[in-house]
Amino acid sequence: MSMKATLRQVDSIIVIDMSGRITLGEGCTQLRELVREQLGKGKKELLLNLADITYIDSSGIGELVSAFTTVSNQGGQLKLLNLTKKVHDLLQITKLYTVFDVHDDEAKAIGTFGKAAGA
Amino acid sequence: MGLVLPLPNMTAEASVIEVELESDLKNVEVAEEITRRVSGTVGFSEDDQHKIDMAVHESVINAIWHGNKNDPGKHVWLRFQIFSDRLEIRIRDQGNGYDPSKLPDPLAEENLLNVSGRGIFLIRTFMDEFRVEGIAGGGTEVILVKRLNSNNSAQSRRNEP
Repeated sequence: MSMKATLRQVDSIIVIDMSGRITLGEGCTQLRELVREQLGKGKKELLLNLADITYIDSSGIGELVSAFTTVSNQGGQLKLLNLTKKVHDLLQITKLYTVFDVHDDEAKAIGTFGKAAGA
Repeated sequence: MGLVLPLPNMTAEASVIEVELESDLKNVEVAEEITRRVSGTVGFSEDDQHKIDMAVHESVINAIWHGNKNDPGKHVWLRFQIFSDRLEIRIRDQGNGYDPSKLPDPLAEENLLNVSGRGIFLIRTFMDEFRVEGIAGGGTEVILVKRLNSNNSAQSRRNEP
């Protein structure tokens, strides 16, 4: 099983509802292309909804980091929404939980875009 | 894919399951499926099953990608040995191996945003033991051990006089 992603726009923010696996190969490639495509369209505010992501491996973590830095370097913001316990734990042990801006309420997450990080 | 033996009964004797895989990333999911069946049979909690699953996933990817350099002519061997108190998994490739102590620390501030380099760290975190051994005549084997009730046994060790 690979990854599925559905995009929707809330205000100026692109919410990407993802499900399945972000692992080496297809899942990682899809995520990379999705982010590149949105940046290409000038969409720099991305919210990744990971509620239905069942599995992330070390490559998937790397891909999330890469997406985060790519978007940040272009002056945008990439945030995470609805982590499962497994993904939450994975970000904790890799010390990335505090690197990412993580939310569990979509409306509130949407409201944080445009503000300076940490504000 | 090589042979899959029927899942053994738990006896005092260690049971062994061996699988041979071609170096194709599609076989990573095959390895995971077998791992899930074995770890489920042994009686690990769902949480531990996921940890073992991830450790094997990362190890098999390393074996195919770094060890066998994605060469379809090279193989990966998985060996599950079930003991009454632990599961030992050996993953062998036909590569030159590596020294895990020489890998950069993925938790170091300067490495935190690196795109790669977390696989071995995750394996170490999820398993009770992790070793890398060179095979005489060529190849590398990683040995992963997960103990049943490893949290409890850590607790009982602390309570020993």
